[in-house]
Amino acid sequence: MTTYREAIREAIRVAMTDDARVFLMGEDVGHYGGCYAVTKGLLDEFGEQRIRDTPLSESGFVGAGIGASIAGMRPIVEIMTVNFSMLALDQIVNNAATLRHMSGGQIGVPLVIRMATGAGKQLAAQHSHSLENWYASIPGIKVLAPATVTDARYMLAEALKDPDPVIIFEHVMLYNQEQELEPRQDDYNAFKASVARPGTDVTIITYGAGLSKALQVADQVSDKGMSVEVIDLRCLRPLDSEAIFSSVKKTGKVVIVDEAWLTGSLASEISAQISEHCLWSLDAPIQRVCTQEVPIPYPAHLEKAAIPQIENILQAVNFVSGTSP
Amino acid sequence: MKLHISREHLTNLLSEMIRIRRFEERCAQLYTEEKIRGFLHLYIGEEAIAVGVMQALEKEDTVFATYREHGHALAKGLDMNEVMAEMYGKLSGSSKGRGGSMHIFDYEKKFYGGNAIVGGALPMAVGVAMADKLMNRSHVTVCFFGEGAVAEGEFHESLNLAKLWDLPVLFVCENNGYAMGTALKYSESQQNIAAKAESYGLITRSVDGMNVVEVETAAIDAVKGIRNGSGPQLLECHTYRLRGHSMFDTQQYRSQDEVNQWLDKGPIAQMKSWLLANVYLNETEIQQIEDRIDDEVNAAIEFAEKSDFELVEHLTRHVYAEPLNMD
Repeated sequence: MTTYREAIREAIRVAMTDDARVFLMGEDVGHYGGCYAVTKGLLDEFGEQRIRDTPLSESGFVGAGIGASIAGMRPIVEIMTVNFSMLALDQIVNNAATLRHMSGGQIGVPLVIRMATGAGKQLAAQHSHSLENWYASIPGIKVLAPATVTDARYMLAEALKDPDPVIIFEHVMLYNQEQELEPRQDDYNAFKASVARPGTDVTIITYGAGLSKALQVADQVSDKGMSVEVIDLRCLRPLDSEAIFSSVKKTGKVVIVDEAWLTGSLASEISAQISEHCLWSLDAPIQRVCTQEVPIPYPAHLEKAAIPQIENILQAVNFVSGTSP
Repeated sequence: MKLHISREHLTNLLSEMIRIRRFEERCAQLYTEEKIRGFLHLYIGEEAIAVGVMQALEKEDTVFATYREHGHALAKGLDMNEVMAEMYGKLSGSSKGRGGSMHIFDYEKKFYGGNAIVGGALPMAVGVAMADKLMNRSHVTVCFFGEGAVAEGEFHESLNLAKLWDLPVLFVCENNGYAMGTALKYSESQQNIAAKAESYGLITRSVDGMNVVEVETAAIDAVKGIRNGSGPQLLECHTYRLRGHSMFDTQQYRSQDEVNQWLDKGPIAQMKSWLLANVYLNETEIQQIEDRIDDEVNAAIEFAEKSDFELVEHLTRHVYAEPLNMD
């Protein structure tokens, strides 16, 4: 068994061993060992040049990552949490996402940014939000969200191979998740959705921390004879719309689970796409299970009430399938 | 520092500045004819800085500039035809027309924009310098920005990072006194920009940005020091924008008297009179230079006029890397 945290650490270690151009920088990645202990031990192994502690200058070191990637390196930049990435939005949106286009295709930015996202640790309203949908709305960048230990282990290498900027979102509640690490398949593709559990009656579309909750719901209702298909999006941009549509056309009933705020969430985008492309296949209104429209509160009971929980997903599944709970 | 003040070299400096001046004047004209649209920020009055600094650089040195970058692009050796075609938004432009006046790029020539977010290029310059250092290349990265950028956090973050990691960057502050229409005294508690850089431990120089030889000398000194491992340096060039911020600027924030006072101090006027007074060049020779440059600019305009616009069908290109076999 391997934890999600260990899988990411191993992915970084392998990437740095395989390619001298790869280095990692961010706040407290070196001497502290990483805010979530992902990079623990790597400083001793690779030294200060390649596991580089940065000052609290998100815009500065993300921009430096962009520059280094243009000039031939393969930097991995770690931002402590998605909330802090707001301080680097200028570099991500105005430079990383636009340079290739503004330069008429001349300048690519092969940069990988990793950041923690999500709620569940009582870290209140400046450390707990899920803003990956903001990034997923921007042309020019790609967005990955590993939900499994296997993806935590193998997505990074795919991101580093990509000639464009890739942001990897690691949900804070997943770092301790322990699973069997599967061997990498030959046709492994980080940028496509996967069917995490096949089913025929209802489709749950989710990513990140939503996956294990969705799978638990699928388990629960299978006892009642309901067959739920769970789609793990894995890649939030470009969105694997084909995988979504083919499942929806099969089941006709959709629940989308997304830890972002409901308004303008990725769930909203997916819902719109399904309405545009699969309306005649739908047997029930699309249900979005998202975070309540409130900054994430500190007290555990309120935090829990704010974000999607198994009972909310179950309720939505029962609603679309016309089953009384 | 020994300068090669040969007649040939001085003539070259003057020609380079006139090339930029003439290019900009024609751009202004083309703007009124609606051939060029969007924002157009002219470098008129500031030519000595790009020309002077570029003398210190090798081909492999990277340059980042601002949205007032036509002059830097030309001085870095970009093809004038392609720069003009970019103004027109044509496919033959240096950024295939996608960038326009504010986003001129040439990857081969190591000219990385054309950046229109004030202060936004400084962190990237730090990153290029970081890569050069990690890869044991002896290149220097130069980042041009205006004095308005020193109020941005990215200025402070970048200077700190560059010094902390001892990177080969030359920060060039083109201090023209106004951030758009806001004079420095209305925006900075500490108006001494070199002092800010010194507080981060950078070696700094402040020069008359209207004097191309002075800029060149300081830049050569700075770049030599950086290549020898001095770490980052900052060069502040005092200058003046002889035209408005952009073509939309009605210049309410400064008087015509003030502008007029600077006209005689302009880098080209200054150098011309010096060269004439010291008999390096005569009026006829200067006229010949100007005629040759007029021909070059005319040819660039013709090139831009005759070039094609990109097909609308190609709208969504250049967002992500494309397979090499795409047309």
